[in-house]
This record gives sequence, structure tokens and C-alpha cells, in this order.
Amino acid sequence: MDVFHMLVTVLESTIRVSVPLIFAALGGLFTERAGVFDIGLEGKMLGAAFAAGAVAAVSGSVWAGLFAAILISVLLSLVHGYASITQRGSQIVSGVAINFVVFGSTVILGEAWFRQGGRTPALSGDARFGTITFPFAEEIRPVPVIGPIYADLISGHFFLTYLAFAMVPITWWILYRTRFGLRLRAVGENPGAVDTAGISVVWMRYRAVICCGILAGLGGAYLSLAMTAGFVKGMTAGKGYIALAALIFAKWKPLNVMLACLLFGFLDAFAIRLQGNPLPLIGQVPVQLMQALPYILTVILLAGFIGKAVPPKAGGVPYVKER
Amino acid sequence: MSDIAIELRGIDKSFGPVHANKHIDLVVKKGTIHGIIGENGAGKSTLMSILYGFYQADHGEILIDGKVLTIKDPNAAIASGIGMVHQHFMLVDNFTVLENVMLGAEDSPVLNASISRARVELKRLEREYALEVNPDALIQELPVGLQQRVEILKALYRKADILILDEPTGVLTPPEADHLFRILEQLKNQGKTIILITHKLREIMAVTDEVSVMRRGEMVATRETDKTSVEELAELMVGRRVLLRVEKGEARPGDVKLSVRNLTVRDTRGVTMVDDVSFDIRAGEIVGIAGVAGNGQSELLEAIAGIRRAAGGTVDLNGSKVDVTGLADPADLRTRGLAHVPEDRHHVGLVLKFEESENAILGYHRDPAYKKGPLLDIAAMRADAEANIARYDIRPPNPRLKTANFSGGNQQKIVLAREMERNPDVLIIGQPTRGVDVGAIEFIHKRIIEMRDQGKAVLLVSVELDEIRALSDRILVMFAGRVVGERDADADEGDLGLLMAGVENRMEAAQ
Repeated sequence: MDVFHMLVTVLESTIRVSVPLIFAALGGLFTERAGVFDIGLEGKMLGAAFAAGAVAAVSGSVWAGLFAAILISVLLSLVHGYASITQRGSQIVSGVAINFVVFGSTVILGEAWFRQGGRTPALSGDARFGTITFPFAEEIRPVPVIGPIYADLISGHFFLTYLAFAMVPITWWILYRTRFGLRLRAVGENPGAVDTAGISVVWMRYRAVICCGILAGLGGAYLSLAMTAGFVKGMTAGKGYIALAALIFAKWKPLNVMLACLLFGFLDAFAIRLQGNPLPLIGQVPVQLMQALPYILTVILLAGFIGKAVPPKAGGVPYVKER
Repeated sequence: MSDIAIELRGIDKSFGPVHANKHIDLVVKKGTIHGIIGENGAGKSTLMSILYGFYQADHGEILIDGKVLTIKDPNAAIASGIGMVHQHFMLVDNFTVLENVMLGAEDSPVLNASISRARVELKRLEREYALEVNPDALIQELPVGLQQRVEILKALYRKADILILDEPTGVLTPPEADHLFRILEQLKNQGKTIILITHKLREIMAVTDEVSVMRRGEMVATRETDKTSVEELAELMVGRRVLLRVEKGEARPGDVKLSVRNLTVRDTRGVTMVDDVSFDIRAGEIVGIAGVAGNGQSELLEAIAGIRRAAGGTVDLNGSKVDVTGLADPADLRTRGLAHVPEDRHHVGLVLKFEESENAILGYHRDPAYKKGPLLDIAAMRADAEANIARYDIRPPNPRLKTANFSGGNQQKIVLAREMERNPDVLIIGQPTRGVDVGAIEFIHKRIIEMRDQGKAVLLVSVELDEIRALSDRILVMFAGRVVGERDADADEGDLGLLMAGVENRMEAAQ
């Protein structure tokens, strides 16, 4: 029973850490399927987390914070769009630049406004998301197996957590069952086909980039409004890059994205759980090694276990009408 | 209702200093197949792109059905009933046929209804025009002939009455091209107007009703196809008389210079590209390899030239072994008398950023003639380059110009001059006239025959069947990596076409 209890705890924190990955990776899915590579997911999430923390702290409203997060993330996406779609610049350079600018400016602005070493003030009450408890969670908890699964795994998460998982089928539906999705996928594979069909390649790609901004904004807001109570300097800690890795691992497909994010989340949760506990047969393992484990496994998985991941054919290439 | 489908009046278009279309007038009659012919860069594609709304003309007007229209984007062109089949197919490879046909012409934001309507409409078009294709097949799994059919269906699905086809036969086998022409005839009989852009005179004569000739951005003539000839059209295109078929005497084959035995080549995925191929080439003969692109000709050439490792077999050059399965060194092969004109001059034959004189010695740069101590003897290089420029009439005659600034035909001449002027024993040539204008083709063909008459052994690979037939003394046909037949120079074209399509003989085809 102890093992079962531990498993539930690990799975519960798996869900918790997977949420920002799912948001960011789905956001990346939208732009990359449209042919715009986005290495700036990290920066967008960080900017959104800061905006959410700052606005929620000042206004006292979690919804104002959420709105600010989405706004900032969409603005950053439009900067990336302007550089890589309109100006046909390097998508990698633009993304990296966004990451750097956001990392630096959140610290500077945070220090200038709140004087807490780059943090935003701790949030409480209405300025932060509360968990949603499903009906009868406490009553069912004592029931073996089903009880803890219902009470701890299914119930008791944030609104954004449920939204993240709902976005998976929604994204799939948009991509494969709507006109927008058909054109979006086409523009990432052969923009010429879209252009000659009389559809604007530029406008399609901008819309994809905006979708990415909204989702990355939700991911960032989750970090500072739900998972923790406020913004901390550099709090995304590479989650944007892990989300990109998950996206490649998932071969740019929505359901796979969720599974990949859960896997990376599980590795993370597992590593946290094992810290300080001796492993059977091996004994005490250094904390640093456990912390590095998810990243090491990421490299191994990406290097060897997924077969050939074929990216969208027109990905990373600005569209120029041929003369 | 007028009987004129399209009228262009005074269309003018410049791209910076390049005057691509100069005051073009054109009248296309309804229900006809109208050919537009011209050399590369004559302005055919620009003109059609203006008609399809890709570019805006600087001056002039477009009349469709007698009404003046401004076509500001492809949408407007589609709305006025113009459909275009592009040279490079505008299809999404990992979409189904249905999705490709629908793209951009969906009825509603949610696809379900559109899909069922498209399916019904596609069935109807299939029946009406005999254009069968499985709507659920992925484009990447279809042969090019069928992909082109999807492009035509796309246009018909958008209710096109005027169909523009840009160089449609470049990627097709002769039987596929014939099939396409039958489809075009049928579309014409159903009242569609068709504009066929090509640089192949034979196609113009075969299917068009009228033909317009473009040269250097100008429309130089329009003729009824019945009342003109291949010779007249060629002359109009080039602006002077051209020999379409070079004259050559009997071959006088000598000793075997290149002997290939059981050569097998696999690509990086392990797929067999060249399968147990054997042949000999003698001094003083041209052996042509015919085949649809992608049937192993490229790999065969590369293996013989020492730039791709063979999986098995032997090659003898001048009677001595070439280590084709090991480390054959192209530089070493050059010193042993093998010259190679690669198929793809841009990626293999030339460094486009180099000066002409640098490309003129590429591969021969270790030759002591260009050495001055540890340095290159630039003066000697330029002198040689200038001699070749004069001999091959390379324009502009400037050895210091960046190679990218020469036209395709002149770039090809740079490569040919480099390889032919070394007095090799064996010359292997891939696609000698790809992207080369009619005038330059004549010159290149003459030079190849001269090489033969000087007693060189020549191996020629080309996807242009006419070229193979014009130059070769013997023709080998490759299909799926194998040599499936050998024919004489005067072989029947239909027979060769069937071999190229993988049909062993006429008996099988009839079954």
C-alpha cells in the first residue's frame, strides 16, 4: 500500500509539473505546424509569468493577471512573427533574442517595481488560483484504490490544469477538423500550395503565431498564479526548451504531445521524490544526479528512441514568392 | 458572348533592370489549345504569373470574356475562371488528394460538410473527364503523372474554364505525356480553353491549335499550328536558323575504353538503385542511357565517376581496374583519362560563387600548368579560361565574372569546356542540355559528336528522349536500376517509351 501511495503522490505531482509543458508544447505545435519554428517559448512563458505575477499583485485579481500574461505573450509572439514572417529573418535568432530580452527585463522591472530581488510579492486569496475540489472527494477518499485516485489525481487541481488537458483534444479538433487547421498544416508543408489557392500565407502564419502566444501565456500564468504564489526570477527554468523537446518527441501531434509532456513531467516528479531517499540496490544517489536525470533522459530519448522525427517541410523557411 | 477567352493588351513588366515582358499582346480563342513557346527567360512564366495574379503588370490590361479585369491576386484569377497547373506542383505531400483539392475552396469553417461535398464533386469530375484518382490516397504515394492529374482536378474543382499548364511534361514519361495530351483534348472538347507553356516544339505541334512565340520578353509571332513548322518556330524562338537535329556520320567504334560489369549501387537507405548493370563503350561511339529520371541513371554515373561507392561489380577504364567498390578517387580518374560532366551543374559541377576562371580549372587545379611555387598561377588560369571562352563562345566573355551571373546555357558551356578540352579518353555526360536554350543545345550537340569523331568513348545520360535519339549510336534503357533493353539509334520512339515505362515488349503491353 505504501508503494501505491507513493505512486499516487508521484503521479499527482507529474500532473502538476506537466501543465506548463503541455501549454507551451501545444503553443509550439500551432506555430511549428504553420512553418514558424519557435525557440522563444521559454521567453514567452517567462514574460507571461512575470506579467501575471505583477498584475495580480497590484490589482489583487487573478483574472487580471491571467489577461496580462496572455497579452504579453501574444505581443512577444507578434515580435517573433514580425521578425520571421514579415521581415523573413532567422527564426532561431529571433527566438533566442526574445529569451534573452525577457530574462533580463523581468529581473530589472521586478526589482524596480517591487524591490524584492526580482520577485513579485507573494500572492494570496483572490490574487491566486485556488484548487477545484470535485463533489464527494473527501467522502470517497477512504475507499481503497479508487478513493485516492479520485480525490488526489482527478480532483483537487487548478482551473488551468483542467484547461491544459482540455486543450489537447481541442487542438486536435482544430488541426484536423476545421478549415483553419487544414490551411495551417498546409502552410507549414508547402506555402506555395496555400498561396496559389488564393490564401494569404502571411496572415495564416500570423494567426498561428498568435495561437502560440495565447497558449504560452496560459503556461506562464500557471507558473506564477497557480503552481507558486508569485513570480521568481528565471522561474521557467528551461521548461520552454523541454516543451520543444516534447514537441519533437511527439512528432508534432497533439495527443503525443500530451503523453510526451506527461513523461517528462513524470521524470521530473520522480526525481524530486527520490531526492534524499536511498534507492534500492544502489543506495544513496547524489541530489545533483537525480536533478539531472530528466535532462539526461531527454537527451537519450531524443537521440535514439523516437525514430526519425520529420518536421513540417517548410518549417524555419520564410516564404518568398518565386520569381 | 464573344469567342475570345483571354485578351492581353500591352502588358509590360519589369523587375528592376530586367524588362521581362515588353508590351505583350495576345488573343486566346475560346475552346482551343493555345501554345506559348520560347526559350528560358523569354518571359513566358512571367506573363502567365501576371494572368494568374501572382504579379501585377506595370502597364496594360487583361480582358476575360471581353471584360476588362484587374487580377490583383490568385483569388481574383480563380474567381474569373482561371486555373493554373504549375511546373512544380503546388500540392501538400502529406495530405490526401481530397484535402489538396479542397484546400482554399472549403465551404465552411468546420470541414465535415466540405469533405462530403468535395467527395461527390470529385466523383462527378472523374466521370465527366475520365480523371480517375483515389481521393484518399496521400500525394507522396502517387506517381508524378497522377499528382499532375490532382493539380488539374484542383483547377476544375474551382470551376476553371481557362487552364494554364506551365511546362507540364518535364516530369512525365512519354506515355504519361501522351495521356496528358489526350486529357487536354478532352477538356478542349468539353469547351475549356487551354494555354500550354513549353519549350518543346514537338508538343506544340502535337496538341495545339494556335501557337505564340516569345523571345527576350517580346511576343514575336502567333501562328496557326497547321500552317507552321518546327523549323519556323525554332527560328522564331532563337532569332536565327537552328539545326534541330545535328548531322553525324557513321560511328567507327574502336577498342573498348570503358567496361562496366555487374555494377550494383545502393543508396544510404540500402535501396538498390543500380542493379547488376553491364555494358561496354568503345572508342568513337556514343552510348546513350534513356530512362525516366530516378531510375538509377544518376547513381550509375556517379559510381563510374568515383563520387559514389558501388556495392558490387567492376569497372575497367582503358583496360585497367577502377576501385569502384572502394576508394576510387575522382581526381585520380581524371588523370587516367576520364572526364565527367555531372548532371547537376549547380551542386556538383560548379561553385557558383567562384569566378569563371576558377571554375574553369576546378578538379584540374593540381595540374602543374597552374602552379607557381606553392601558389596558383592566376595568369595561366585566366589565359586558359579566355581560350575556352573564345572556343565555346561563352558570354559574357569575362573570366573574372562570378559564375552565378552567367545564364544556364553558358554555365553548362563552362563545365563542358573544362571537361572536353583535357583530351580525355572517356567522357561521361549527364543531362548536357538541361535548362539550356535551343541555340546553345545545337552547339553542345555538335561538340559531343566532334568528341566522338576524335575517337573518344562517350557515355550520355539524358531524360530528354529526343536528345538520346539524336546523339547516340547505341541506346540502353534503364528502368528500376536495371538495363531493360538495348536498341539502335534509329529505334522506334514508342518502343523506347514502353521500355522506359518498364514494359518489356509490346506483347506484354497488349495483354
